[in-house]
Amino acid sequence: MTSTTPLQDSTAIEARQEQAEEAHGDFRLFGLATFLVADGMTFAGFFAAYLTFKAVNPLPEGGIYELELLLPTINTVVLIISSFTFHRAGKECRAGQLGASRLWLGITGALGAIFLAGQMVEYFNLPFGLTDNLFASTFYALTGFHGLHVTLGVICITIVALQTRPGGRISATDHFGLEAAELYWHFVDGIWVVLYGILYLL
Amino acid sequence: MTLASPSDFEDNLQPQGWLRYFSFSLDHKVIGLQYLICGFIFYLVGGALAGIIRTELWSPMSDFVSRETYNETLTLHGTIMIFLWIVPVVNGAFGNYLIPFYVGARDMAFPRLNAVAFWLIPPAGILLISSYFIAGAAAQSGWTAYPPLSLTTPAAGQVVWILSVLLLGGSSIFGGINFIATILKLRRPGLKLMMLPLYCWAMLGTSVLVVLSTPVLAGTLILLSFDIIAHTGFFNPTMGGNVVVYQHLFWFYSHPAVYIMVLPAFGLVSEILPIHARKPLFGYTTMVYSIMAIVFLGLIVWAHHMFTSGTPPWMRLFFTIATSFIAVPTGIKFFNWLATLWGGKIALNSAMLFSCAFIVNFVFGGITGVALAQVPFDIHVHDTYFVVGHFHYIVYGGTVFVIFGSLYHWYPKFTGRLLNEDLGRLHFLLTFVGFNLCFAPQHWLGLNGMPRRVAEYDPAFTTLNQLSSVGALLMAISTLPLLINVVVTAINGKKAGDNPWNALTPEWLTSSPPPVENWHGEAPLVTEPYGYGQHLEAKA
Ligand code: HEM
Ligand SMILES: [Cu+2]
Repeated sequence: MTSTTPLQDSTAIEARQEQAEEAHGDFRLFGLATFLVADGMTFAGFFAAYLTFKAVNPLPEGGIYELELLLPTINTVVLIISSFTFHRAGKECRAGQLGASRLWLGITGALGAIFLAGQMVEYFNLPFGLTDNLFASTFYALTGFHGLHVTLGVICITIVALQTRPGGRISATDHFGLEAAELYWHFVDGIWVVLYGILYLL
Repeated sequence: MTLASPSDFEDNLQPQGWLRYFSFSLDHKVIGLQYLICGFIFYLVGGALAGIIRTELWSPMSDFVSRETYNETLTLHGTIMIFLWIVPVVNGAFGNYLIPFYVGARDMAFPRLNAVAFWLIPPAGILLISSYFIAGAAAQSGWTAYPPLSLTTPAAGQVVWILSVLLLGGSSIFGGINFIATILKLRRPGLKLMMLPLYCWAMLGTSVLVVLSTPVLAGTLILLSFDIIAHTGFFNPTMGGNVVVYQHLFWFYSHPAVYIMVLPAFGLVSEILPIHARKPLFGYTTMVYSIMAIVFLGLIVWAHHMFTSGTPPWMRLFFTIATSFIAVPTGIKFFNWLATLWGGKIALNSAMLFSCAFIVNFVFGGITGVALAQVPFDIHVHDTYFVVGHFHYIVYGGTVFVIFGSLYHWYPKFTGRLLNEDLGRLHFLLTFVGFNLCFAPQHWLGLNGMPRRVAEYDPAFTTLNQLSSVGALLMAISTLPLLINVVVTAINGKKAGDNPWNALTPEWLTSSPPPVENWHGEAPLVTEPYGYGQHLEAKA
């Protein structure tokens, strides 16, 4: 036995990893789902804080801000549609229609970008800033944290779309990246629906 | 389908040099030992800080260090011990080393994520400790970082503190995801959940707690950092914010965190006791269900830390009852351990001494815990040294004792050599006496009203404080035999052979230390990991 460099060590372990995956099926989606549970708990913490603030911390005189409903509602619809378009992209991919899949991914990404643009427009037209009062701070913290998730999602969608090009990493049989991005995107959409309900409607 | 056969692994791929412990290794055994060694270094740092605290408390006046330094010291001490020593070692070190063996796998489910999780720790630790050396700029608000205190103490140190706790929380979440996936998805064919060694169940429960509660802490600390950096007012009452919300969110993580620190220790002890008592683990099924009950109850008792924070009566009632209920599954485990020992052929070696002392210390800490859950009593002793005594009995007397016991038990697995028993017993004796001398008097101090986290105290408390400091000194000395032991035996310790304890759990059914691929052949199917004193033992 000779001593080896860490590099060889890790190739051996990668080989082992591939064998584990062959033997047990792909558990990466399971891992991602576990991570999303954790991520969801972060949002749950924020929601709980927001609802408690709302219940026990009255805003100062004249501090109640009515939120415009039109833009966020459009945004909600945009995001929900994007969940369906992503679903369609996944279906096309599994059916071997990589071109169509790429098209649907493009649409999904564009919808995500529209959502972000809408969010920006809303931010710039709001009558309050981050530090104005408790409601304002919580509003920006919640929507901002969610916006970060959408941004990350759009980046992932772009990458996945590029990978569906001929010769790319994704094929009809090997499409973990796409499935992972899809799961993540549905999660981000789901969170938004809850957030919309709590923040705008309640 | 079969697992990889050994011929798939070239013999020369087994890494040998010590340098691999400084590399981004993907091998779960290397990562486990990285966690262990790294954690132990932080333990020494945290211990030195405890030394500063106990020296300051030798006399009633604030004369050894300044008050600010005292506050910085206790903040850093608590944070290091929890986030850089106990959690990484009892979860990361033993979990990574043992779980793949226990499920019959050759590695964790996500080796790369595993390495990332470990390598977040040293930078986070160094970041945290370095802030201590910038005069007057380290965090001073305790490991709980309660606002408004954390908003009024120096901002730079508090932000560094938040940053490093976020990194450590991330590491812990990645680890938890990996353990859940490994235990649920990577089991060798034929290995049913109810055949797993108990430590797997403990780690599964712990990881569920990690995944559900750590993100809430992360979110909370992000909001806190907004308050500090961007001057929002989430937790700032002068800006309409609410400090009690911080406490709820913080304890929603930090009560489960105490189980994140102690459940894995329950698991490790459940492995050690049967082997050295040569008896099957008593009540395996009830052990599994009590772990699950503790996980569930652990998530709904957090406000017992907040009985003096203006909690309404219904909330006090609920949290008192829920907290007291935890004594039931905990008691079941306690009696199961006793029943495991009962009538066994007990080998009172160092591993066993530490494990048995764990049972004693833990039951004492558990009893003071149930007492603290009763509102009328808690209002009297909240934020006094009684609480400090309580949780040190659990975290030190419980978990740290188990870590030491586990070290004696698994060191032959890690290195192929046995630790010296005489030094081990000396280590045990000093630790046990020192620990009790240090923390038992703190219960009296607390009952008599000595507040925690204050550098000065009423001169009437001097004697008990000095007793406690003498205990701390003994504890400091106790690390010497341990360090000497590890160094000396690593060089010329007694060869252990592959299975010095005649154990039946899977990690012992291979060479010591094990090959990179864990087993030279197929992973064995161990259906009765605790079949001692039965037909199986003849074979072992
Ligand atoms: C056996 C069941 C337990 C019960 C009923 C219990 C109960 C309590 C209560 C009511 C308090 C709050 C006291 C106060 O601040 O006034 C407390 C504090 C604490 N407990 Fe326990 N406990 C138990 C087990 C544990 C375990 C297993 C651990 C750790 C592994 C632990 C660690 C702590 C810590 C760290 C604190 C103090 C936190 C702080 O304020 O800094 N406890 N416990
Ligand atoms: Cu608690």
